[in-house]
Amino acid sequence: MEMLPAQFLQNFIDEYEAVAGRGSIEHLRQLAAPLKGARVVHVNSTREGGGVAEILQKLVPFKQALGLDARWEVIAGDRIFFACTKKLHNGLQGEAVAVGDEELRVYEDANAANAENLRSLLEEADFVFIHDPQPAALLAQCPRRRGKWVWRCHIDASRPHPPIWNYLRKWVMPYDASIFSLPEFSQALPHPQYIIAPSIDPLSEKNRDLPAAEVGELDPRFGFDSNLPLVLQVSRYDRFKDPLGVIEACRMARKLVPLQLVLAGGGAADDPEGDAVLREVQVATAGDPHIHVLLLPNSAHRTINALQRRADIVLQKSLREGFGLTVTEALWKGKPVIGGDTGGIRLQVFDHYTGFLVRTPDGAALRIRYLLHREDLRRQMGERARRFIWENYLLTRHLREYLTLMLGLLHGHQERLEAIEFS
Amino acid sequence: MQIGNGSPARPGNGFSVRDCALITLATGERAHSLKELREGLLRVPVGSLYHHFWGRLLRPQFDEPEYNNDFASWAWRGLHDRPLAERLSMVIPTDFDDLEGVRQEVLEIVHQRLDESELALWSAVDQGFCFLHGQVVVFSAGLVFDHPADIVSYLPSLSTGSVFFHFIDARRRTPQRNDDFSAWLAGFDGEFAPLIADLAGLDPYFSSLKELRHRVSAIFQRHFAGSA
Repeated sequence: MEMLPAQFLQNFIDEYEAVAGRGSIEHLRQLAAPLKGARVVHVNSTREGGGVAEILQKLVPFKQALGLDARWEVIAGDRIFFACTKKLHNGLQGEAVAVGDEELRVYEDANAANAENLRSLLEEADFVFIHDPQPAALLAQCPRRRGKWVWRCHIDASRPHPPIWNYLRKWVMPYDASIFSLPEFSQALPHPQYIIAPSIDPLSEKNRDLPAAEVGELDPRFGFDSNLPLVLQVSRYDRFKDPLGVIEACRMARKLVPLQLVLAGGGAADDPEGDAVLREVQVATAGDPHIHVLLLPNSAHRTINALQRRADIVLQKSLREGFGLTVTEALWKGKPVIGGDTGGIRLQVFDHYTGFLVRTPDGAALRIRYLLHREDLRRQMGERARRFIWENYLLTRHLREYLTLMLGLLHGHQERLEAIEFS
Repeated sequence: MQIGNGSPARPGNGFSVRDCALITLATGERAHSLKELREGLLRVPVGSLYHHFWGRLLRPQFDEPEYNNDFASWAWRGLHDRPLAERLSMVIPTDFDDLEGVRQEVLEIVHQRLDESELALWSAVDQGFCFLHGQVVVFSAGLVFDHPADIVSYLPSLSTGSVFFHFIDARRRTPQRNDDFSAWLAGFDGEFAPLIADLAGLDPYFSSLKELRHRVSAIFQRHFAGSA
């Protein structure tokens, strides 16, 4: 991504100011002032699709709007390269994958080939952010680098498959720093490991305000009962998201309070395990008019947005979770969330304030009943939830931490530093 | 870029408002039991204690936590040990001359709990404790106030980073161990002694930064109510 036109950047930042608040943007301007003119390059492996691309589509223009010379480069690779990096990704998440020597050779060759195109840009940059494992080996191809190189791991690396981590670690070790999303994901590395939680973009299709009519269209479109409260879980059909536990919880709850459940997910087409879970869910819900199982395309951001706004309560009853951005999205829409007591859900859901943490279907059923009986509390929790996300988990906070990290990196291990001009 | 620890409060001169931002780092130390917490406490740099008692205020966090430091929160959420959580939550860092004193106090409480409860030695944890530390970047907010009365209308919109810098960080940074506003006000030959006394009554440890801002603002407004 090249530098964008000044008028575009001004409009861009004005739009965020309207949502995030003037104080928040002013804070960013002051923090970014010492970094004005700094050459920053982000590198990942895809321009569109996936959470990393979504973040960079906004983070890079934002940095430009604040006066940094920020660029975004995407590496290329063939089918074997991406098959290999998918395995590296899954291995980092803990899956016991095996990657052959030939695949690793393709991985390393692809990084070397990409370095031919990017070397001068990367070596001249003041800061280089390499996202996830795909381009991690680029650093070794840039021996005359002058800036700070940071490896940004977006993956839940809390329990990586040891052979995969041993392989990746040798590429990551020479970096000046790495970034993990949660403290639990950090690893034994010989450089500073920063912790930056993910964020949501309040202006994306998935999160921006929608006309009430668009939300209202959901009932006829999907056959929801307009007279019944709606309980929603948005997630892939994955055992760790416990969709069967959600169904059990709702069936327990509706013995005492009428409700309908919507399970909305997608992306199972190329995932055999996901297909199996979806089939189990379909069998478990067959013939039940008040449980709606939706298989949505990955691009259905606006539909997900509308569903979250239509819901009375949102569930994310995960048994294991990374950060849980679906929780963040629901809280942003002012919905109380009943979430599994795990991972990043614990950072967002606070009993009686923004929702409830639960460990069993029974616990979820109890809280569903409680919240459906108390509309006033749902509204109160929803207001607190939206404010909590506004203060802590919007893109602006994410950017603030990137800028702080960049200033911090320039000064090594000092705990407190005072920023003046970047040069 | 330069490093500096100078106070923005220059008695007799203007008050330069600073802001700050925090970035969190992992220390690499983790605990999966109370025994491991004790070992970690002995090893981590004192900056980690600062982070878990004070730095947490600048992290993304909920404004009304059950406990006021990360050790107490973990004792409850990770170990499900409420007596320990209650004791740890009453370690008030402002009661100690420095953070080494805080470290010793936390260690003593952990020792005591290990001595009195066999269960504490062996109980499995739900979630581990990650020792963290932080870097704070300080920058100018671009505002200088010549007289304390001038600052009154600005205080309600003071950023939480500025509240942290002038009220929390100042206690670690300044020789008098007080907040920057009080240090500045002291330069006006006793004119603002009652205001300084009111500010001294604030307990920053049991407040969120927003709550602290609200209370500081209320004190200034009360003091200057007749002079507007």
